[in-house]
Amino acid sequence: MTGLDELYREVILDHYRNPRRQGKLQGDPIHAEGSNPSCGDEFFLDLFVEDNVVTDAAMRGLGCSISQASGSMMMDMIVGKSVEELRELIQKFKVMMSISEGDSPIDEDRPGSVLGDLEALQGVRKFPVRIKCADLAWATLSEALDQTTS
Amino acid sequence: MTDLRALRSDFPILDREINGHPLIYLDSAATTQKPDSVLDAMDEYYRLYNANVHRGAHTLATEATELYEGSRSKVARFIGAEPDQLVFTRGTTTAINYIAYGWGLNHLKEGDKILVTIMEHHANLVPWQLISRYTGAELVYLELNDDLTVDTSTLDQVLTDDVAIVAFSGMSNVTGALGPIDVLAEAARSVGAISVLDGAQLVPHTPVDVADLGVDFLAFSAHKMLGPTGIGALWGKPERLEEMEPTEGGGEMINTVERNESTWAPVPHKFEAGTPPIAEAIGFGAAVDYLDAVGMDTIAAHEREITAYTLDRLSEIPDLTIYGPRDVTLRGSAVSFELGDVHPHDIATILDQDGIAVRAGHHCARPLMKYLKIPATARASFYLYNVPEEVDALVESLYKARKLFGLT
Repeated sequence: MTGLDELYREVILDHYRNPRRQGKLQGDPIHAEGSNPSCGDEFFLDLFVEDNVVTDAAMRGLGCSISQASGSMMMDMIVGKSVEELRELIQKFKVMMSISEGDSPIDEDRPGSVLGDLEALQGVRKFPVRIKCADLAWATLSEALDQTTS
Repeated sequence: MTDLRALRSDFPILDREINGHPLIYLDSAATTQKPDSVLDAMDEYYRLYNANVHRGAHTLATEATELYEGSRSKVARFIGAEPDQLVFTRGTTTAINYIAYGWGLNHLKEGDKILVTIMEHHANLVPWQLISRYTGAELVYLELNDDLTVDTSTLDQVLTDDVAIVAFSGMSNVTGALGPIDVLAEAARSVGAISVLDGAQLVPHTPVDVADLGVDFLAFSAHKMLGPTGIGALWGKPERLEEMEPTEGGGEMINTVERNESTWAPVPHKFEAGTPPIAEAIGFGAAVDYLDAVGMDTIAAHEREITAYTLDRLSEIPDLTIYGPRDVTLRGSAVSFELGDVHPHDIATILDQDGIAVRAGHHCARPLMKYLKIPATARASFYLYNVPEEVDALVESLYKARKLFGLT
């Protein structure tokens, strides 16, 4: 696969075109907003957390395929997880994307077995300026989780 | 087509390869590439003439001052002005800030209006917002026609006696639309307002004579016209520059300094506090020499042709939307577009793999983006060194983007 084919895998385009959990949560959810001012990408996240577990989540976003697909994939993974599990997931994502140091969490022999669709984002690493696109949703999630402990 | 291709060998960077392809640089609205003559002039200054300007009686200081002031004369002549009407600034942004603070702060009062257009770059919006906070003035906007030129039909409604400043772009960095300079300069005069022309995209691409423009101030940047970054110019009518206070105080800009107060050096020096970017000023002079030698009429004709060709070729591509006038007499060579649901950042990444440099994003014009109800555009922009084959490569690469995103 060329770098571009790897970057724009079908699963990424599917999440881009059909983002999961689009919308807004009614009531008084935890709300966090992320943006990359240099490119204008935006990500809005609503979460309900009960007994330390995410019970519902919704997103609204605006931006490139990578930022929105990454956000959509994230939305697929967060409901039902505890705050601690999500912090671990964020860390795994950051290591996979070479944003943080650490041993790769991915099992190369069984693609998708550890982080599911999210593993398709590894192609972004070859495009360093786009890594911040992939990270936008996760940075927003991190901010939302910080609100649960305050 | 006006063939300037022989000039390409003057630009060393055009020999570069990007991702295994020859560089196709279509981002001159962001910054332009530099010819050898500009690079050499700056290098030569540091190697042979490096000294501070306007002080010291030694030979080098005299030579450096002559080069610096010589560049001021060249840049002034380039826009039909006198050297003592031309202030060197850090760029267009600084020039507009100088007007906002230096003129606005001591002329604007509560309830005054600053008339701008919705197509302005942040550089011609945010300084006015800042100065409004201090003075109680307020921004009012002209909007756009269907072809994205400025709609002046509502001028009657917004042009009141409260309007103190009319600030507008000569050419949009997003849509390429030319600003209605004559109409807005006249509108400003009719209500006793001053007019400020953001010439960042205009001066590099078309012949400009301040005597014909009818505006009070003109701001532009060297790096968008073959010169270095870090330098630009503020031209003002002599009486306006006299009315303006210096925004920065320090060395070089004073006449006398006492314990508690000082008097200023004459214009333009009162606006040039501290050691200026001397090499950059010299590079700016070399840049206008280069443009003069090619001829601004020739450059403008070349750009009209390559813009017309680009608009034609882009129009062939399914799902592609161009944001800007189609009539090349109403526009410059910055061409913004969208391609289906392929986000502009994705377009830029895909094109970059073919060595093609375009800009993607909001182009520092978020109010315009919001007005157009789009988050971003991709933008190809051209200058004297671009050739039609580069447009062909752009089109081919855009078809590749369509394919990658499965558009049929």
